[in-house]
Amino acid sequence: MAQVKERYVGGGVLRKEDPELITGQARYIDDMTLPGMVWMAVVRSPFAHARITGFDADAAKGMPGVLAVWSGEDLASEWIGGLPCAWPVTEDIKIPTHWPVTKDVVHHAGEAVGVVVAETREQALDAAEAVNVDYEPLPVVLDMEEAAKDGAPLVHDELGTNRSYTWTLSNGEVDRVFSEAPVVVKERYYHPRLIPNAIEPRGVLVQPVASQGEYTIWSATQIPHVLRVTLAAFVLGIPESKLRIIAPEVGGGFGSKLNVYAEEAATVAAAKRLGRPVKWIEERSEAYMATIHGRDVIQDMELAATEEGKLLGVRATLLADMGAYLQLVTPGIPILGAFLYMGVYDAEVYHFECTGVFTNKTPTDAYRGAGRPEATYAIERAIDALGRKVGKDAVEIRRLNFIPAFSEARPVASGLSFDSGDYEGTLARALELVGYEDLRKDQAERRERGDAVQLGIGLSTYIEMCGLAPSQVLGSLRYAAGGWDAATIRVLPTGKVMVSTGTSPHGQGHVTSWSQIVADALGVSFEDVEVQHGDTAVSPLGMDTYGSRSLSVGGVALHHATQKIVEKARTIAAHTLEVAPEDLDYEAGTFTVKGAPDKAKTIPEIAFAAWTAHALPPDVEPMLEATHVFDPPNFTFPSGAHVAVVEVDTETGDVRVAKYVAVDDCGTVINPMIVEGQVHGGVAQGIAEALYEEASYDENGTLLTSSMANYAVPSAAELPSFLLDRTETPSTTNELGVKGIGEAGTIAAPPAVMNAVVDALSPFGITDLGMPATPERVWRAIHGGGGAGAAERAEAPGAGSGVGSAEAEREGGDR
Amino acid sequence: MTRIAVTVNGARREADVEPRTLLVYFLREHLGLTGTNVGCDTSSCGSCTVLLDGESVKSCTLLAVQSDGREVTTIEGLATNGELHPMQQAFHEEHGLQCGYCTPGMILAAVSLVEHADGPLDEDAVRHGLEGNLCRCTGYHNIVKSVLAAQDSMRGAATPA
Repeated sequence: MAQVKERYVGGGVLRKEDPELITGQARYIDDMTLPGMVWMAVVRSPFAHARITGFDADAAKGMPGVLAVWSGEDLASEWIGGLPCAWPVTEDIKIPTHWPVTKDVVHHAGEAVGVVVAETREQALDAAEAVNVDYEPLPVVLDMEEAAKDGAPLVHDELGTNRSYTWTLSNGEVDRVFSEAPVVVKERYYHPRLIPNAIEPRGVLVQPVASQGEYTIWSATQIPHVLRVTLAAFVLGIPESKLRIIAPEVGGGFGSKLNVYAEEAATVAAAKRLGRPVKWIEERSEAYMATIHGRDVIQDMELAATEEGKLLGVRATLLADMGAYLQLVTPGIPILGAFLYMGVYDAEVYHFECTGVFTNKTPTDAYRGAGRPEATYAIERAIDALGRKVGKDAVEIRRLNFIPAFSEARPVASGLSFDSGDYEGTLARALELVGYEDLRKDQAERRERGDAVQLGIGLSTYIEMCGLAPSQVLGSLRYAAGGWDAATIRVLPTGKVMVSTGTSPHGQGHVTSWSQIVADALGVSFEDVEVQHGDTAVSPLGMDTYGSRSLSVGGVALHHATQKIVEKARTIAAHTLEVAPEDLDYEAGTFTVKGAPDKAKTIPEIAFAAWTAHALPPDVEPMLEATHVFDPPNFTFPSGAHVAVVEVDTETGDVRVAKYVAVDDCGTVINPMIVEGQVHGGVAQGIAEALYEEASYDENGTLLTSSMANYAVPSAAELPSFLLDRTETPSTTNELGVKGIGEAGTIAAPPAVMNAVVDALSPFGITDLGMPATPERVWRAIHGGGGAGAAERAEAPGAGSGVGSAEAEREGGDR
Repeated sequence: MTRIAVTVNGARREADVEPRTLLVYFLREHLGLTGTNVGCDTSSCGSCTVLLDGESVKSCTLLAVQSDGREVTTIEGLATNGELHPMQQAFHEEHGLQCGYCTPGMILAAVSLVEHADGPLDEDAVRHGLEGNLCRCTGYHNIVKSVLAAQDSMRGAATPA
C-alpha cells in the first residue's frame, strides 16, 4: 500500500450498508416471497433419546392447505449421505451418521423427525402439531464426564462408545518439567454451554427449476460457498453446478450460521418433490434446540513455574461436549484453541489433549471465538492463580512472563509462529486508560471499611489465532477444505468498479471496508465501488466468513487484485503514452510519465481503452479485470489487553461491570469505526458468558432455557459503555498488515470479568468461581453453601451437579 | 375473518384477517411492510417494535384486530419526504447497527422513548428505556450513543407518529 495515497483507509467512513437497514428496505430471507411459494414446518422430537415406533400423519394430511407430510423414512431416498462433518480431527474419530430427518432414533430433543408442507405458514405449523409420533424413550446421558465412562448409556449404539476422539499435541519433555518444577498450579474450569442467539433466526427458501434440475437456495448462512459444495457432494447428490446458493441480508451469525443444517437439505427435498418454491423460517424456540450451541468444555489446566513465577510449562486436558452429532466443524472447535493455552507467555514445554464426547444434547459447534475463548480463559485465569501462589499481582506476573515485543514471526511453545506483537505495550496503555493505581486505592479503601460493595479488577492479556487459514496447515489438521479466499475486480468502461468477494458478511460491513481498500488503490471514489457477495453465481470463488478471516484473507485477496489491476493498467497506459511501463509513476489512480507530469492516464481512462480494445498492446486481453486467490502463509495473531472493573454487592451477590477498558491490536486498521463496533459487540458477548448466559437441561434432556424469556441475553441495561484504544503492530502474514477483530472481545472478556470477580471476593478467601457468576453463585461463594467453583456446572441433575473443585474453592485467605 | 381498518404510515388500510393474525404478520404479509422483523416468539427481543398511536409496542404480541381504528407507524413510515428521521440518521452516523435485524424495532423504541421523556435522557435512562429490545451485534454502546445524539435534534423538530 506504500504508493497509495490513503484517502479512505484508516478513516471513519460511514457504512454503505446502512441506508436499506435503517429504512426497512433490506431483504432478509423471511422478507422474500416467490410466486407459488409454500411453507415447510418441522416436526421435532420432545425426547432427548428415543426410538420412533409410529408416525401417524393422517390427521395432519387432512388439514386445510396441507400438501405433504413426510417422515424421515419417507425422505430417505433424497439423501446420498448424512449431514457432513468437515473436520474429522483424528484418523480414528467416531462419526455418527446424521440424517437431515432421522429415520428411527432421535438423539437430542428438537431433532427433526418429519416435515410438513402447506400453503401458508400457519397451516404448516398447525399441521406439524397434528402429526402423531410414537416414541419409545431410551436412556439418556447428559453429563460429559458420565458419558465418557465405560458402561454409560450410549448416545449412538452403533459406535460402541461415547468417546468420539482424543486429539493430542505435545512439545518437549512435559512430564520431566512438571515433575521437577518448584511450583505447579492446577486449576479446573468449565465453560457453560451457550446459545448463540443471532437475532435473525435461520431460514431457507428454495426455488426449483424442475425442467433443468436446478435449485436456487436462499439461506440465512455465513457460508454459501461451503454450503454449496457440501450439500451437493455429501447430502443431496445434485450436481454442484445445478445449485446456486444466495445468502441474502443475514441478521447476525456468530458461528451459528457457519453450518450445513438439516433444514437446508429438507427444504431442497421438499421443493424437489413438489416442484414449487418452499420456505422454512425457524422459530426462536426451534433455534434453541436445532441451531448449534457453543462451548461446554471442562478444562484441567496446569502450569509449571519457577519459584518466582516464571512459566516453564503448560498442560491442558480437555473434555468437550459434542452433543448428539458432529455438525460441520464440531470436533475441531477445541482444536482451534489447542495452540493458545500458553497465551502471550513464553514456556519451555507444552501439552494439550482434548477428548470429544457425545451426549444427548444439541450439537455444539462454532460460537464467536470458537476454541480460543476457552484457551484464553484457561491461561488468563491460571496466570492469576500462579501469581497468587508466588505472591505476585496480576500485572507483575504477566510482565514477568510476556513474550517481549517482536516484529518478525517468532516461534512459541505450542509450535506455531506468532506474526508480531507488543503485549507489554497494550497492557501499559490499558492500565493507564483504566486508572489502575487509583482503582487499587479505591479497592483498598473499600476493603478497609468493609464496604458492602466490593471492587474487583481483572486483566486479560489475550492472543487469538485468526485469518483461517493456510490451506496446507488446515490439511495437516485434517480439515476437509482450504483456507484461501478470492476477489475479482472489474473496472467498467464508465470508470465504475465492480468487486465480487468470496467473503459473506452478515453485519461486519465488508461492503464499506472493501470499498475503502479499492477506492484508495485505484484512485476512484468510494461511492464508485460496488461490492457484491454471498451469491455463488455472482462471486463463485470464496470460502466465506468465520474465524475473523474476512479481512485478513478475503480483504488481502482484494488488495492483491487491485495490484493486478494497476499492473495491467500500467501496461496499457505505457502503450498509449508511448513510454516504457517502468517510466510511469502511479499514484491515486493516475499514471504520469516520469519527468513529464502533464502526460497522464487515469484508471477510468484506461478502463475505457481496455473496453474498446482499439489500441491495446500485443498480448494484452481486453477489459480491465483481475481475480486473485489468496492463500495466507500463516495465521494472524491479534492480541490485546482488557481490564474489567466490577462492583460486587456482597449482600446480594449482584455483579455489575463498572468500567471496561479494551486495548486491542488488530494490526493495520481499515475502518476504525467498524473495528470498534466489533470490539463492543464481542465484549458484550464475553461479559454475557461470564455473568449471564448458560444453557441448562433437566434430567431427561429437556432444554430448560428454551427461549429468550429464560435464557439471559443481556439488554442495554445490563451492560456498560466501553473505553477503547488500540495499538497497531502490523501483521507479517499479509501485505496489508491486518490481523482481524471479529472475535477479540468475546475471547478477551470472560477471563477479564471473572478475574475481576475473584479479585473482588478475595477478602472472603475466595480464589475460584464458575461462570456465569450469577448473583446466586456469588452469594453462595460468600455466604457458604458451596457450588461456586469454577468447574461447577449447571445445577440441573443431569448436567453436572456435584462436579466441583471443592478444594480449590476456599484456599483459606488472600495470599 | 374479521374486517379491520388501520392507518398505517399515514394511509388507511383495510383488510380481512383471521382473528388470530398477529399485527406483525398483518404488516409483513398482508401489507408487504417487511421492515418490521420477527426475532423470537416470546415478546423478548423487540425486533418487531412499531408505534401504535405513537406508543412503542411489540407487534408480535398484539393481534391485528387490536389495531383496528388506530394508527401504526413502521420503520418504512419514519422518514418524511425522503428525509431520514433524526433517529435513523443518528444510527447511521454513530454506527448504531451492524447486521441491522434488530434495528427497525430499536429505532422505533428509541423514538418513542425520546418522545415520551420529560426531559433530556442520560445514558442510564437510555439503557433502561431500551431494555425490551435486544441486539446481539453492537453491545449497545453505539446504540446508546445514537439515541443520545438523536434526542437533541428531535427536540423542537416535528416528528411523525
